[in-house]
Amino acid sequence: MTISGRLKAGLAACTVLVLVIVYVPLALVVLNSFNVSKSFAWPPSGLTLRWWNAAGHSTGARHALLVSVEVGLLATAIALVLGTMAAMALQRAHFFGRNAVSLLIILPIALPGIVTGLALNNAFTTIFGLSLGFFTIVVAHATFCIVTVFNNVQARLRRMSSSLEEASADLGARPSTTFWLVTYPLLRSALLAGGLLSFALSFDEIIVTTFTAGGHEQTLPIWIFQNLFRPNQTPVVNVVAATLIVLSAVPIWIAQRLSETDVVGAG
Amino acid sequence: MSTRPRPPGPRTGLLLLPPLLWLGVAYLGALGALFLAAFWTTNEFTGDLVRVFTLDNFRELLQASVYRTITLRTLGVAVLVTLVDAVLALPIAFFMAKVASPRLRRLLVIAVLMPLWASYLVKAYAWRGMLSTSGPLSWLGISPGYGLTGLVITLAYLWLPYMILPVFAGMEKLPDSLLEASSDLGAPARATFRRVVLPSVFPALVAGSIFTFSLTMGDYIAVKIVGGPTQMLGNVVADNYGVANNLPFAAAYAVVPVVVMLGYLGIVRRTGALENL
Repeated sequence: MTISGRLKAGLAACTVLVLVIVYVPLALVVLNSFNVSKSFAWPPSGLTLRWWNAAGHSTGARHALLVSVEVGLLATAIALVLGTMAAMALQRAHFFGRNAVSLLIILPIALPGIVTGLALNNAFTTIFGLSLGFFTIVVAHATFCIVTVFNNVQARLRRMSSSLEEASADLGARPSTTFWLVTYPLLRSALLAGGLLSFALSFDEIIVTTFTAGGHEQTLPIWIFQNLFRPNQTPVVNVVAATLIVLSAVPIWIAQRLSETDVVGAG
Repeated sequence: MSTRPRPPGPRTGLLLLPPLLWLGVAYLGALGALFLAAFWTTNEFTGDLVRVFTLDNFRELLQASVYRTITLRTLGVAVLVTLVDAVLALPIAFFMAKVASPRLRRLLVIAVLMPLWASYLVKAYAWRGMLSTSGPLSWLGISPGYGLTGLVITLAYLWLPYMILPVFAGMEKLPDSLLEASSDLGAPARATFRRVVLPSVFPALVAGSIFTFSLTMGDYIAVKIVGGPTQMLGNVVADNYGVANNLPFAAAYAVVPVVVMLGYLGIVRRTGALENL
């Protein structure tokens, strides 16, 4: 292709600039977790491990982390089941209202989180008479996580030929046997990718969570938000934030591994 | 490949039933109940719900200048954030898809994806540090502080990967031969961009804008972290529910972003953007 050298250089410069803008604030958080100044005065006058030590002893943060992981796992499990069912139903049949169903599945993330949060809060407390807590957070998270699994599974099914499943049925396998022996192995990496995305979505969510958590349950994002404005706590919040930034490389690594095994599996 | 669409069988119905019960009955029901509550009021003295149909909430939303201003400000911020992200996403997506070597492209995709996995709250918090009076930006003498400008920067930063990824996918689908044909026919780079690249990635841009728009309109957390005194739609809804205990008014105001988003989705359906999500 004929792209002039000057244009290429310009585009490369833009790319570098965007990446710098993206990474400088994150680097600042990591650096500030070692900043001796409690108000993160810039440039730092010295470095310390005090805040990391303090964060390690913060029971509030540890408990919130545990809640977040539990909620994420449960919501993802529900989303995996419901999302796969919806994707398979929509893939194998064309019927009136098919578009309406896919729109319905996108809706919980297409609508602003505050709307979903308020609607679920109102439904939980006034219609179902539930008190807000762990259970309601899981239900709310599962609602907006379904779409990630649905999208991944649907994309995989679209690329899959139905001939393998038809062969299995012709050979006399029951639908459940066909699913576990033929469909599921083909879907596995799509399920992993969708599940990973779903967990990340749940782990990070704060707006819907605020409306469905009630006063007693705290996920990690809620803990961070509540301690953010307390000057005494900010160094610890900063350490938690720095940890999360470093940890965000993990799902990327898993996703890369997944796409590699995918290539091998297809070859 | 099956040649003829099959009619829905009992298996489809069984598969569809649980997700439909969850989303179609529970979630849509919850949205419906919220919509209904928008037409109620609360008793000013007791704070109890008054379940009598009235349009008072909507009348106040449209007539009180403070809410009109906040709605327009929120829409303005959403448009601005979307434009900033589109302008930043186009060159980097083009570079990734059409200039970078396959190896560099892989690295760039990872570099762009990585902050997407970093926590939303952590990223908003990172900008609180960047914009603070003792932070690096004010050390450089360019900090806008906490307020509307800081908010637009932070929101554009937060949603940028949501714009880059669909635009990059759109650029990848654009055949090189089209770009070659355009330059062979003597078009300068700018004309090729305007008449070949832009029209073909337009659905992808729209797909990205669905995220940037919807996310901006519902946000109130980043507003509290970096927005200073700025009031956005989300804050009014959250405060009416949480502080003022006025669910009906919060519900009525929450209808505004829903109507905007549904209208937007309805318009962009024709561009094929929904397939690019």
